[in-house]
Amino acid sequence: MTATPMVRFQGVTKRYGPLTVLDSLDLDVAQGEKVAIIGPSGSGKTTVLRMLMTLETIDDGVIYVEGEPLTHEQRNGALVPAGKSHIRKVRGKIGMVFQSFNLFPHMTALQNCIEAPVTVLKMPKAEAMERAAELLAMVGLADKKGHYPSQLSGGQQQRVAIARALAMRPRIMLFDEVTSALDPELVGEVLQVIRKLGSEHDLTMLMVTHQMGFAKEFADRVCFFYQGKICEQGPPQEFFSSPSNERTRQFLNAVLEAG
Amino acid sequence: MGIRALFIMLLVAVAAIVAMGFSGDNAIFLPGLLQGATLTIQIAVVGSIIAFCAAILAALGKMYGPLPIRWLANIYIEIFRGTSALVQLFWLFFVLPQFGILLDAYTAAVIGLGLNVGAYGAEVVRGAIGAVPRGQWEASTALNMTRGQMLRRIILPQALLAMIPPWGNLLIELLKTTALVSMITLTDLAFKAQQLNQTTMKTVPIFTLVLLMYLVISLTITIGMRLLERRAARGVTRGRLA
Amino acid sequence: MIWDWAYTLEILPRLARAAIITVEATLLGFVFAAILGLVLAVVRLAFPKTLVPISVFVEFIRSTPLLIQIFFLYFVFPSFGIVLDAFTAGVLALGLHYGAYCSEVYRAGFEGVHRGQWEAATALNLDTWTTFRDIIVPQAIPPTVPALGNYLVALLKETPLLSAIAVLELMQTAKILGSENFRYTEPITLVGLFFLAMSLVSAMLIRMVEAALKRRYVR
Repeated sequence: MTATPMVRFQGVTKRYGPLTVLDSLDLDVAQGEKVAIIGPSGSGKTTVLRMLMTLETIDDGVIYVEGEPLTHEQRNGALVPAGKSHIRKVRGKIGMVFQSFNLFPHMTALQNCIEAPVTVLKMPKAEAMERAAELLAMVGLADKKGHYPSQLSGGQQQRVAIARALAMRPRIMLFDEVTSALDPELVGEVLQVIRKLGSEHDLTMLMVTHQMGFAKEFADRVCFFYQGKICEQGPPQEFFSSPSNERTRQFLNAVLEAG
Repeated sequence: MGIRALFIMLLVAVAAIVAMGFSGDNAIFLPGLLQGATLTIQIAVVGSIIAFCAAILAALGKMYGPLPIRWLANIYIEIFRGTSALVQLFWLFFVLPQFGILLDAYTAAVIGLGLNVGAYGAEVVRGAIGAVPRGQWEASTALNMTRGQMLRRIILPQALLAMIPPWGNLLIELLKTTALVSMITLTDLAFKAQQLNQTTMKTVPIFTLVLLMYLVISLTITIGMRLLERRAARGVTRGRLA
Repeated sequence: MIWDWAYTLEILPRLARAAIITVEATLLGFVFAAILGLVLAVVRLAFPKTLVPISVFVEFIRSTPLLIQIFFLYFVFPSFGIVLDAFTAGVLALGLHYGAYCSEVYRAGFEGVHRGQWEAATALNLDTWTTFRDIIVPQAIPPTVPALGNYLVALLKETPLLSAIAVLELMQTAKILGSENFRYTEPITLVGLFFLAMSLVSAMLIRMVEAALKRRYVR
């Protein structure tokens, strides 16, 4: 890998009191790569995304985004904790979609999508509205622009959330179990949007998911997390058909049986 | 109590005032009492504005300010909640002059009331901000907003909606506390009541009318706040947000 | 002079005596309020027909100023031939006013008792009075203690209103001292500090009681 990875976790550790959630994690994600992260609860998979999105602090190690440290700065050759403006600069390249959507309830779908571009990127309102309308059309919700989240189904809300994140033109998109809170019949429409994103845009995507079928068909690489470490990873075909690790096999059997 | 029930109570109270007020020789009380009521309402309105501003400043200062500001906010809240409203009014009116600061009764009244209710209001504001779901903070962070932008555009609007019912209660408390300004020579409704009572000794009709008038103002505030909540919540689901 | 210590020492004895009156008024008023509140809450529960009159009464009391209620009681009784001294009238007014608030607290407490408790009592064929006394009330009351405690403190802070009918409690005494000596700073500030201290101490005590109750009634 001679090209700079889009995302690099270098020896990253996260502890909650006595519990080590991520144990000296090393992970590289190439540009445009689509990585599915799977594993049992408590394995640290959500923490990986949350740390990348700066929602959790790092106890040890460094995260690099496009070669630049995320929560650290280079000063006089040493790595020191970064100031707010540096973090925000790097964070601007990352977007996230949450399990519980987290749409702004006092704003319409359209307003949700223009809020950050106007306030943070200082985009002129008209331009932001045009772009938001495009994005909402792309996720199939052009006719719901003026609706409030409380008037939308779960699947529709999640699609608005995706449009909202895309409005900031991120280079990296994080999906944290985005279909887990949805009724089964609404899962498909969200996965379809993600599929579209994958094929039409050059986005680097990290997805924590339980949707094994989707991971198999969509991901470039699958990572299996267990107790804070990557237990096994590889391209989906090999990963799902012949996992080399015993724990991976156990997990897959349990999941496939339940599904 | 639903809005409808409150409205009925309001109409009944107004009817009672009209009935009592124009029966027999009670009519001579009305002009004086209405004058007093007008002053009461004025003081309540100005006091409310001061209270709301004080509450927001104190709450934000306590939650997000640098250490000296947090200290100040805490001291302000503890003193004004921990001492009696009447003591605070007297202090502003009788003690400040001895330090050279002369406040007229009206100013002392609205500042005293405003700061008093504002201290309680600060806790309401804090609670409302704390009640906004964590996911809203996280989504705003993910969209790379600064803390100021988050508070201004996302958190406070939601908090303001949640604040309306408890603020309604606080405004009623403020209204009732305005009666105390009669003890620093302001000719509000309570003052007029006492004055008329001393001269005519017609205690029952006077004080009944006065109580009804306070009730009418109180119910108006409650109904107003309920309507405000309805309007502000259009589109947003009540209580927990999806 | 900002603060006259000699003057302070001079007035302390009178203020101390007035403080006793304040505390007496507070405790008597609160006992009255606590009992009245309980009576109102129980009657409301036991006799559904009283729901509207009691609700209206409670709403009326809570929506109108305590000061006016104090005047009302003080001046109304003589016109019916009963002369109340200021202290009694004041305590009655405090008790009535906060009784209305307490009845709401008890109501919440009763509503917090699980339906199933009533049903189990019926299944065991217990009569209403026994059910109330032995099953419902012991469960309804503990959660109400913090709220009642807060009203006790609120009542304390409203005793200065009694100065309007010349009860010789702290505020009235401070006013008299101030006008006698043309110096209000020390009396009023001391009174303020007294209330602040009582407030903080009571808040601590209430928290302790809350914690003790939580330990006993762990769910």
